[in-house]
Amino acid sequence: MATPENTLAFDGGWEYAPAPESTDHVEIDKRYGLFIGGDFVKPEKGRYFDTINPATEERLARIAEADAADVDRAVKAARKAFGPWSRMKAAERGKYVYRIARIIQERAREFAAIESLDGGKPIRESRDVDVPLAAAHFFYYAGWSDKLEYAFPGRKVKPLGVAGQVIPWNFPLLMAAWKLAPALACGNTVVLKPAETTPLTALKLAEVIADAGLPDGVVNIVTGAGETGAAVVEHPRVDKIAFTGSTAVGRVIQKALAGTRKKYTLELGGKAANVIFADAAIDQAVEGIVNGIFFNQGHVCCAGSRLFVQEAVADEVVEKLKDRMETLIVGDPLDKNTDIGAINSAAQLEKIESYLEIGRSEGGEMFQSSCTVPDTGYWCRPTIFTGVSQSNRVVQEEIFGPVLAIQTFRSYSEAIAKANNTPYGLSGGVWTDKGAKIFKMTQNVRAGVVWANTFNKFDPTSPFGGYKESGVGREGGLHGLDAYLSLEA
Amino acid sequence: MSVSALETRPILPDLSKVPAVDEVGVDERVARFCSRSIKTTAKLEALKLALSMIDLTTLEGQDTPGKVRQLCQKAIHLHDAMPGLPQVAAVCVYPTMVGVARKALEGHDINVASVATAFPSGMAPLNVKLEDTRMAVAEGADEIDMVISRGAFLAGEYGFVFDEIAAIEEACGDAHLKVILETGELGTLDRVRRASVLSMHAGADFIKTSTGKIQPAATMQVTLVMLQAIRDYFRETGRRVGMKPAGGISNAKLAIHYLVMLKETLGNAWMTPERFRFGASSLANDLLMQLMKQSTGAYQSADYFSKD
Repeated sequence: MATPENTLAFDGGWEYAPAPESTDHVEIDKRYGLFIGGDFVKPEKGRYFDTINPATEERLARIAEADAADVDRAVKAARKAFGPWSRMKAAERGKYVYRIARIIQERAREFAAIESLDGGKPIRESRDVDVPLAAAHFFYYAGWSDKLEYAFPGRKVKPLGVAGQVIPWNFPLLMAAWKLAPALACGNTVVLKPAETTPLTALKLAEVIADAGLPDGVVNIVTGAGETGAAVVEHPRVDKIAFTGSTAVGRVIQKALAGTRKKYTLELGGKAANVIFADAAIDQAVEGIVNGIFFNQGHVCCAGSRLFVQEAVADEVVEKLKDRMETLIVGDPLDKNTDIGAINSAAQLEKIESYLEIGRSEGGEMFQSSCTVPDTGYWCRPTIFTGVSQSNRVVQEEIFGPVLAIQTFRSYSEAIAKANNTPYGLSGGVWTDKGAKIFKMTQNVRAGVVWANTFNKFDPTSPFGGYKESGVGREGGLHGLDAYLSLEA
Repeated sequence: MSVSALETRPILPDLSKVPAVDEVGVDERVARFCSRSIKTTAKLEALKLALSMIDLTTLEGQDTPGKVRQLCQKAIHLHDAMPGLPQVAAVCVYPTMVGVARKALEGHDINVASVATAFPSGMAPLNVKLEDTRMAVAEGADEIDMVISRGAFLAGEYGFVFDEIAAIEEACGDAHLKVILETGELGTLDRVRRASVLSMHAGADFIKTSTGKIQPAATMQVTLVMLQAIRDYFRETGRRVGMKPAGGISNAKLAIHYLVMLKETLGNAWMTPERFRFGASSLANDLLMQLMKQSTGAYQSADYFSKD
């Protein structure tokens, strides 16, 4: 047990000096139009909104707001481009997708800096995770372009047409890549709607797409908030909808699509169970807890937000976790040493803070690391709740922030029952030194991805998607092609 | 045996309770330490701290009194062209050279460390190891770097290894004991962790990775596992055991990675030569070169730094 005599001290002493990533090479226009038919064009109604830096609350750029008429223009451009694009020799189509991947790699530093400026995520993550993975998705699906018939032997494959894609603010570039790469490789054209708080990297990606020489109208990017998204979803000449975002919006979309011929995939919320058995490699498991819940400020649909620790090691794990939290650096997203950046928006911060209040008022014991946070911007220190149960709202509901709810369990069957006792089923984690336990867990946890002795690992070859209220369909890997093709006998 | 002797006698812990180590996870954590960006003032401070943590070492069959005196001279005069430098922590030599080093370092606050216990193999009976240790201490060693019997440890004879360390610890008297696990021969991180726990319970003041005679010598992975064992032992007993990675840490950048790992694993109380050492010979000059670069803005030729 921790006492004053055996407590580790992490504050003071040798401190890391600021190590900010340079933004000299970054060019952000004052104003961005809509990317339709290969050009940036003005929105019909001439309305623009601000995108701000959540770490400073300063405006980065003015962004066009697309209304239904703009979306209609974009869909028409995509329709027009669909014929030639879908008939193009598949190997040629693949070349374009490769080219996008290559240009993203060449401009990786710029993309990483903009992703951190616009979204608040630490540069360490945008540089090491978001941007390389985005390029990897384009590379991976480029390779499938001329091999689709081998992916589905004995079936005739055909692209669907125009895909409407609505993506979230937590991984703006990466989600654009997840959506665009398979759609393009399969011969579809696209109308993409980025999130209103993080449109910049998608607009930069429009520049890349133009530089790569893609035929006009193959990719169209319309910016705006919920209404713009709704216009994309409801447009009658869109053949397929791909949405990543909240379960609440996913429900609305599914209702809107009911009775239409549109295919759809929905990747929604989650409340993943991360289960630590007593025989696990404890120090590495603690690291896995940190990666599970504090990665990207916890703005991760598959975050390991419910921790279950076997009771024999529960005190040890929580103590070690607290020590580790004290070493997490919260602050300037552009500093290369920052572990936890800014919360994406004022609205999201308000939501997270309301859950901190709910957690305390329901009797949970809250611990936050003792770090200081900047005065301006949106910040939340890493937080854990102990003394909570399956009946607490912080255990049941998706918070989408750096907030972990910790429970203990005694038996294997109790762990499984509690892990599955949630309306969600996107991901899960299991930590044990025993291979048999890993297989038993992964077979019984109802979730699209279950990580063993690791967490939050992504790869373009691996399908990703949810059970229950976490969504419909799979993205990534060979499964991800299915969503963008019509398969005929 | 008296009751009080029974009370203080170390007891071999149940090593089956030592937590497992996942090598993939350790690699990932180490990579994260290495991605820390240490610049400007933080770098300057780290370079000086690393310098103060060095056990300047010569452990060759061909060592001569002259060579040892040169090394001691280097320890005293690291780079006089640069004022305000810290001193290294110790000079580390073979037992037969302890007297020479003691004399050469007279009047200076630099410890003499001696390897002992049939270094580097440890292939000698206990009475020879004890004599080796007593001789080094009698010659004036402040610190003893012993090796564990790897053969016995790998054979699962933990009691034997434990008793041996406890006996050497007693023979050390007031000298501090560093226990070398020779991690390059232990094979797995699980064994490194067990050997660390065993050594600390047997009375080690420091645990040390390697003799420098076996490859791989110190790695960040084994050092992390040992630091985590030190942390758990501190939690359990309140006693702060020191850590000494040795062999293969030859440049400033790597030394700074180690300091990052130390700070983020054990915190400030370990950021001192009292609790952390680098066993190295060529590291000092690279640190000095980097320090000069920090003050002048340009790298100087290696020929401007003395090699002893």
